[in-house]
Amino acid sequence: MALAVVVVLLVVGTVIFHFSQAFDGPWYFTEIATNWGLIDFTINVTFWVTGAAFIILNLFMAWCVYKYRHRPGHKAVYEPENHKLEMNLTVITTIGVVAMLAPGLFVWANFVTVPEEALQYEVLGSQWQWQFRYPGADGQLGAADVSNVTEQNPFGINPQDPYGQDDVVVNDPNMRLAVNQPVQALLRSHDVLHNYTVPQFRVKMDLVPGMVSYLWFDPTREGTYDLLCEELCGIGHYIMRGSVTVQSQEDYDAWIAAQPTFAETQNIPEPDLAAGQAAYAICATCHGAQGEGNPQLNSPKIAGQQAWYLERQLKHFKEGARGGDGDTNGAAMVPMAMTLVDDEAIRNVSAYINTFPDEPSAQTIAGDIANGADIYDRNCAACHLDNGAGTWYTDAPALAGMSDWYFVTQISNFMAGIRGLHPADVYGEQMVSMATAMSDLEEINDVAAYINTLR
Amino acid sequence: MAYVPLADQDHEMEMHHPHSFVEKYVWSQDHKVIAIQYGGLAVFTGIVGLVLSLLFRMQLGFPDTASFIDPNFYYQAVTMHGMIMVVYLLTALFLGGFGNYMIPLMCGARDMVFPFLNMLSVWVFLLSVIILMASFFVSGGPTGGGWTLYPPQTNLAGTPGHDMGIVLMLVSLAVFIVAATMGGLNYVVTVLQYRCRGLTMMRLPLTVWGIFVATLLALFAFPALLVSAIMMLFDILLGTSFFMPAIIESGSPLDHNGGSPILFQHLFWFFGHPEVYIVALPAFGLVSDVLSVHARKNIFGYRMMVWAIIAIGGLSFIVWAHHMYVSGMHPYFGFFFATTTLIIAVPTALKVYNWILTLWEGDIRLNAPMYFAIGFIFTFIHGGITGLFLGNVVIDLPLSDSYFVVAHFHMVMGVSPVLVVFAAIYHWYPKITGRMFHEGMAKLHFWCTFLGTYAIYLPMHYLGFLGVPRRYYALGTTDFIPASAQDLNTTITIAALFVGASQLLFFINVFWSLRNGPKADPNPWGAASLEWQTPDTPPVHGNWGDSLPTVYRWAYDYSVPGAEQDFIPQNTPEEEGPTMNDDGMDKEA
Amino acid sequence: MSLFKNVTAKPWERKGVIGGLEPEGAFESPNEKVALSIFLVVASVVFSLFTVGYILRMELPDWRPLSEPTQLWFNTALLVLSSVLFQWARNITKNDQEKNIRIAFFGAGAFAILFIVGQLITWDNLQNAGYFLTSNPANSFYYLMTGLHAIHLLGGLWVWSKSSIRLLSGAEPKDIKLSIELCTLYWHFLLIVWLVLFALLSNT
Repeated sequence: MALAVVVVLLVVGTVIFHFSQAFDGPWYFTEIATNWGLIDFTINVTFWVTGAAFIILNLFMAWCVYKYRHRPGHKAVYEPENHKLEMNLTVITTIGVVAMLAPGLFVWANFVTVPEEALQYEVLGSQWQWQFRYPGADGQLGAADVSNVTEQNPFGINPQDPYGQDDVVVNDPNMRLAVNQPVQALLRSHDVLHNYTVPQFRVKMDLVPGMVSYLWFDPTREGTYDLLCEELCGIGHYIMRGSVTVQSQEDYDAWIAAQPTFAETQNIPEPDLAAGQAAYAICATCHGAQGEGNPQLNSPKIAGQQAWYLERQLKHFKEGARGGDGDTNGAAMVPMAMTLVDDEAIRNVSAYINTFPDEPSAQTIAGDIANGADIYDRNCAACHLDNGAGTWYTDAPALAGMSDWYFVTQISNFMAGIRGLHPADVYGEQMVSMATAMSDLEEINDVAAYINTLR
Repeated sequence: MAYVPLADQDHEMEMHHPHSFVEKYVWSQDHKVIAIQYGGLAVFTGIVGLVLSLLFRMQLGFPDTASFIDPNFYYQAVTMHGMIMVVYLLTALFLGGFGNYMIPLMCGARDMVFPFLNMLSVWVFLLSVIILMASFFVSGGPTGGGWTLYPPQTNLAGTPGHDMGIVLMLVSLAVFIVAATMGGLNYVVTVLQYRCRGLTMMRLPLTVWGIFVATLLALFAFPALLVSAIMMLFDILLGTSFFMPAIIESGSPLDHNGGSPILFQHLFWFFGHPEVYIVALPAFGLVSDVLSVHARKNIFGYRMMVWAIIAIGGLSFIVWAHHMYVSGMHPYFGFFFATTTLIIAVPTALKVYNWILTLWEGDIRLNAPMYFAIGFIFTFIHGGITGLFLGNVVIDLPLSDSYFVVAHFHMVMGVSPVLVVFAAIYHWYPKITGRMFHEGMAKLHFWCTFLGTYAIYLPMHYLGFLGVPRRYYALGTTDFIPASAQDLNTTITIAALFVGASQLLFFINVFWSLRNGPKADPNPWGAASLEWQTPDTPPVHGNWGDSLPTVYRWAYDYSVPGAEQDFIPQNTPEEEGPTMNDDGMDKEA
Repeated sequence: MSLFKNVTAKPWERKGVIGGLEPEGAFESPNEKVALSIFLVVASVVFSLFTVGYILRMELPDWRPLSEPTQLWFNTALLVLSSVLFQWARNITKNDQEKNIRIAFFGAGAFAILFIVGQLITWDNLQNAGYFLTSNPANSFYYLMTGLHAIHLLGGLWVWSKSSIRLLSGAEPKDIKLSIELCTLYWHFLLIVWLVLFALLSNT
């Protein structure tokens, strides 16, 4: 009896909950931004068919439970089967299934057939970053292979392939598209499976190492959308984020024209060490003549840090992505970074810093090394490597031998939201998310103490 | 050579009488003891899986409150939870537990055909569980590559447990497959060869049919897992390139070249999809019998139910790639697999209709097992229709890898089979233990489990519609996920903790009633099938006393017009006596 | 087949004992043989899946076919002889005779052992010629599939050796009649598997 009532209430509650969400509730499909309205149509057809089945079957069951509950003198009817009834039900079910399947197959046929006018672009996934490549004027992407991958050539584009020279490379996780221009995304991975997903686009596909997969869509609504990886790709799966901005053709053209081509990224002149040395003079007052750092001035050791990381952080200071509210020490760095007039100056000084001998800095932090080792091996080593050397591949700086007190302040800043959340710091939020592997200052100290053993 | 029955010869009987405690409860060859061992071990492993799920739900509901749940542990917990629940709990419990207990009793046999092999099976299963649990204690911990274990990810430095954890997982699975094959051969041959006199295949209860077909699926699907495990172990330990293409690990290229990750996925899901039905079919069978007994009515459309079990079992081998619509496989496969997947909905829907039609015009006794059985119909309908979303290839595009998938498969192969497990345990508890359980506590357990799990999974579907991805340690900041999604996650976690805690009611009831429950009637529900007709309750070793039963009718003679009682046991003779050498139906060629 | 007839029956319509006075299995063979037959189907699923994997992997560009050593023909002959001798042993016990049973039974096992030794020599030769397990997926599959086949054969030899010990310690041939019959079936199966594998490996 109670059971019948509860089943009815559950059906009613489910239907009410569904409609409360389907009509402008917070937990329902995002507003579509591509041509794939037919997918939403198929979903709606399926909702009506299955919803009807859900309601009818459960209400009928509840009615049976109520009506045929045991009462004195009541006896069940003996009926082994009712072939005709079963056949009718089979036919009705089949009709319902066909009603759902037919539009599904029709739309799938659309999905697998890429229209002629679709422009191609490439999505490259790696642990745990997105990068993008657009064909240049020739409209063709150059051949690429894992074996060509280096820090300077993260796409692995074949340097000999003439088609690749004018390819536009986007080395950060934010890509753009022109509205109402159908596109085919060619998906490639350098390590594990990833999945290119923008919820508003409705379509998604895995990136598979060793092959090229694809999907296509026609963006119909301008805006900036979150790009997520939706195939488990390791411990950093949940921080593999990016964005896709759909904008007018003019804005898109202007943006893509400002991006470097592959040839340009390969023909950067050697850094000028003499100019770097000259520019370093101002740095030396705090960071020391050999970049050894000075804890009294809150200046970390920079000798032995990876050059790409130094460059990126100097840009962040210049752009205001670091040294903002709450970061008093970082604020002191901002005017210093401003003295470097352009990217070339930044590159020169970083290259110069890279010539310093890498002497491990003094240990100032004590902690539970065993606990620190456990936390580090479980969570940090995936990007910063077992030996703490860091690598450009995962956008992870060197930790081993660097200033331990600086590590503690920076992790604290990440955890407090002081560092890493500025929109210009595109890789910072990853560390904000990962820093939760350490729960408090004590654990940060433990990890710092362990990193001190890695020199 | 003619079939030699395990007849009532004295020296055969002798074999069935153990002499010491160790022989009786440890190295036992009695199918009933082995069933308890199998089931107990499966449930113990399942509790580990349950606790893991509550831990990672803590992270999702209350982010960063428990300091030891770091990203590494989160992925390990998610992975181990999945594998434990699917393989080590549900498969082992349904086949090793219920299969072992029910098949010989329902077939009117004294035991399995190969009791020694049966005993070996449970000990090999124990070995596989030990290997699995060992991975929690090795350096690097258990694998965190997701229960699907997709290479290359599981073998790379960026994944928890990529060194020892994954190897132990694969070895444990291989050992489990050996155990399952030994058990499976036993169950299949017992059903084929050891049915008692008069018991034709079509007189078997649906429980036996469900377990029989599920066992066949297990026998033919597990090899795919074995093959992929062996090839993956070669890739990891010996450096071959079956599944490993040329890739970069932490910035350095590896030696592998040319392998196909998608090949692994095909092999995995060729096992993985039948696996769903390895869990579902026994549940279908058990719940059919519970419904029929407590509705005092034969299972409606018995023949259709048997055909549906066979059809679902057969079709389950040609739908596997619906797990791979967005895997990058050839897109044309989508047409084929969407069609086969939606076809399988037809026999499945028929089973649902027939369960409800069994209630129709019945005389429904709302005992605790019946609560769980009716609850199962509700959750299974819900889980079944969401499957129609995911099976239809284009709808899978937005929904795959989202929480909708998680909600769907938990409704259909988490909640639903578990409700059947409880229904079945309460239903057969009087026969297994000789005591009655506490009815009120059992019903309270039902309400907590049924309503609690619906509170967990109904909202989860809507997170999926929204596009919230699964397997995320933290949602971070996005534009499209509103802050209220966190409230939903918190609600789900509270419901999960509640459901987890309420399972104590079950264990208290089961263990308390073992000593304190009232003595049970040999057939308290008035059931017609053979297992309720044993001379002793609980059945002793050898099951049937001096002579094997003879079966005169099918297992569903309930409320037969003109009969004295509202059920007629299978071994009750007709007045006109046995019709011997009947050439109408069952003579073998 | 009456199994089909079975599943179309309406079981509620017939009461009474169906069948004879004794309980009846679905198959007349001994239970062990039924179980072995089912196991052989399971084993063929394993080998088929490896074959499917082989064919799919072959399509990928890095595949370099392995030229199978001619010694495999000799090994094949050994396995055929082993199978033939098992069949002979089975025929002897089937007709309740004893003559030559030891020659046939021990000879069958001996040739199977020789086959495995031959396979190991082939492996060794390939290794010496620089065809290592990891050199190419074709090599990996070669070692994997021949190894798996040999492991199955070793499993059979374990049963054979147990029966051999019984036979040597004075058991009558009729006592191991079932064992001989099962071994024969198993050996024929493994011979067929080997022939299929051999054909697959040498034609690709």
